[in-house]
Amino acid sequence: MSIEIPQRDWYKAPAGAEKLWIGLALLWCFVMSVMMPYWHFYGKQNSQGEAYSVEPNAFFERTMTFAEANKVGDRDGIPIVEPAPGSDAYLAARMWFWYPILKLRKDETYRIHLSSMDLQHGFSLQPLNMNFQVMPGYDHVLTLTPTSTGEFTIVCNEFCGIGHDKMIGKIIVE
Amino acid sequence: MQSSTSLNEPGAESRRCETTGLSVCLGAQRFIKLNAVSAVVFLLLGGIAAILLALTRWQAIHLLPVDWFYRILTFHGLNMLIFWILFFEVAVLYFACTIPLNCKLFSKKVAWVSFAMMLVGAIMVDVIIMMGKADVMMTSYLPLLAHPVFYLGIILVAVGTLIGVYNYFATLYIAKRDKTYEGSVPLVTFGATAAAIIAVVTLLHGAIVMIPTFTFSMGWTPEPDPMWYRMIWWGLGHQSQQVNVCAMVAIWYLVAYLTTGAKPVNEAVCRTAFALYVLFINLASAHHLLVDPGVGAGWKIWNTSYAMYLAVLASMIHGFTLPASVEIAMREKGYVKGLFGWVTSAPWSNPAFSGVALSVLIFGFIGGITGVTLGTQQINIIAHNTLRITGHFHATVVGGTSLAFMALTYYVIPLIFRRDFIWRKLARLQPWMFAIGILFVSLGMSFAGSMGVARRSWDIESAGIYGPAAHLKLGIMGIGAILAFTGLLLFAVLCVGTLLFGQKTNGRAMADWGVAQPLGNAKPGSLIHDHWAMKGTVALTFVFLACFAVYYFANWKALADVWPVR
Repeated sequence: MSIEIPQRDWYKAPAGAEKLWIGLALLWCFVMSVMMPYWHFYGKQNSQGEAYSVEPNAFFERTMTFAEANKVGDRDGIPIVEPAPGSDAYLAARMWFWYPILKLRKDETYRIHLSSMDLQHGFSLQPLNMNFQVMPGYDHVLTLTPTSTGEFTIVCNEFCGIGHDKMIGKIIVE
Repeated sequence: MQSSTSLNEPGAESRRCETTGLSVCLGAQRFIKLNAVSAVVFLLLGGIAAILLALTRWQAIHLLPVDWFYRILTFHGLNMLIFWILFFEVAVLYFACTIPLNCKLFSKKVAWVSFAMMLVGAIMVDVIIMMGKADVMMTSYLPLLAHPVFYLGIILVAVGTLIGVYNYFATLYIAKRDKTYEGSVPLVTFGATAAAIIAVVTLLHGAIVMIPTFTFSMGWTPEPDPMWYRMIWWGLGHQSQQVNVCAMVAIWYLVAYLTTGAKPVNEAVCRTAFALYVLFINLASAHHLLVDPGVGAGWKIWNTSYAMYLAVLASMIHGFTLPASVEIAMREKGYVKGLFGWVTSAPWSNPAFSGVALSVLIFGFIGGITGVTLGTQQINIIAHNTLRITGHFHATVVGGTSLAFMALTYYVIPLIFRRDFIWRKLARLQPWMFAIGILFVSLGMSFAGSMGVARRSWDIESAGIYGPAAHLKLGIMGIGAILAFTGLLLFAVLCVGTLLFGQKTNGRAMADWGVAQPLGNAKPGSLIHDHWAMKGTVALTFVFLACFAVYYFANWKALADVWPVR
């Protein structure tokens, strides 16, 4: 009885159905813990957390240089920027916009550098629903390969003040 | 003159409970009352906030203006997840170290200091949030910065709770020293001790992260690194949920005993499972950092699952041993019909029993399965910071922990405050209303999150990408929230009404909620050596495992469909 002192000889090894369940549960826990290393080597979607220390101002300068060098258009004052396949692309998060708009090619791989100029932000790519954390002081590198085309929306999903829900960016894939 | 430690000796400040026959420490009783009443007040505050938030995120209603939405969201998180839960847990601790051990509370002075610090801290936090000086969410992620009073209040609550936990351990010590009991502590006390140990580690994380943040907010020290902050803060934020799990499971066993006479099938297994919680909690709380920069894949994989998910194993063990103990108790009472005769004849009209049964189901089937799946390193990519996360923890903390706490209250008030509940028919309905409401809240959030809807966002229209399906799911959440809030309000009215107008039990046993009665063919103790008697539980847990596996692998499939990323 759970609020009474147990009998002296309460230690007994599990038996019967209880033993079976503990075995099954342990096996299931084993399967789940193997799945992650397995996917790390054989799956295609992983979060490596590759990151470099960076000053927000330095990162913004890199982003500006990158945007000027690769600009192919403009939308509402935000440049549309097309990096060369396989190259580095920069995406800066700032209250409350994403800079610039990236234009990528399907089935090409890019190193996307994500960082924040102020608070923490959330990179949430819709409608794919891929989510990554964006931190000030951290240059977070995603090695990303778009495999579908269209216009994708970046929603900020880390609270960043009053304009948080208005912080919307775009990635175009052709 | 030093009063005796044991509650049975002459001169002890105790009374004999008319219902259970146990000796009740009057000092502990006072602080159980104070902490439980404060807990319910904070629950009510958090609940009012909850309905305002749900009616704002239900896009068709969109009640609050933007600034008040984030303010109330901060308020909701702290009142529900910290204040309601911590005050109730301190009450549970004071119960678990005194009455079952037949021991007086170590110190009333220490209990006063703990209670005063917690209360002052909580009021400071609530006031500064309502003044609009701390719109930073419960997590207060740096570089977001709140008024120093916000951090100071949280530090006070954390240190106050630590002092309460100290009182708990000191009581365990004097009980052992003065031999107020013989042998091993009861299971409920063992579970509460596991909760208390994790609470110490948790609250130390809180102190480590909040003190430099407080000094930074005062301008005395430089800004702590925001990634460091996340890692340590979740040492507080995630582990504190493990405290809740321990307290909740201890309450499950307690209520199962009170309502059906269930006793653990195997004490050693139940205790080992509690010990696994203590040993295999994620110290760095990696679950929240799975898509963060700066921590690598190896770190993430190891810390989210280390030692083969042994903390998950612990919950899966309790998920078996608890229903098994009820099944054995019911079968011994003569409810032997078929696989589930013991389920259909269980005392469902007893609000403590129905509350705990629903708590087990919601915690296991919804909260547990989603939690482990979303906390899988790679799967977190398609879940992080979406409403899927909120959907998960409303099933664990609200449908699981809060509901279990409510269920226990149907015994706490008659036994400790010694008043019988008013409106007993409504009380029997209350757990069902709350549970069904929370189920809809959780499912609505989870499905909206699967469609990419972010948590902690005032408006989804600005993104311009969410169609009628997402709106429908937020509507389901909203309707569930109305039902759950009605259940919460009813709970608060029942508690306060009973404390004021409930009939006093002076010298008689509490009015019976209805417990499982033995039938004519009852054979007490007949199944002690039958290790396969819990056939219904075996069937239920196999269904559970099948649901778990389907949900888990469906998520891997969903992940395989998104863009390759490293």
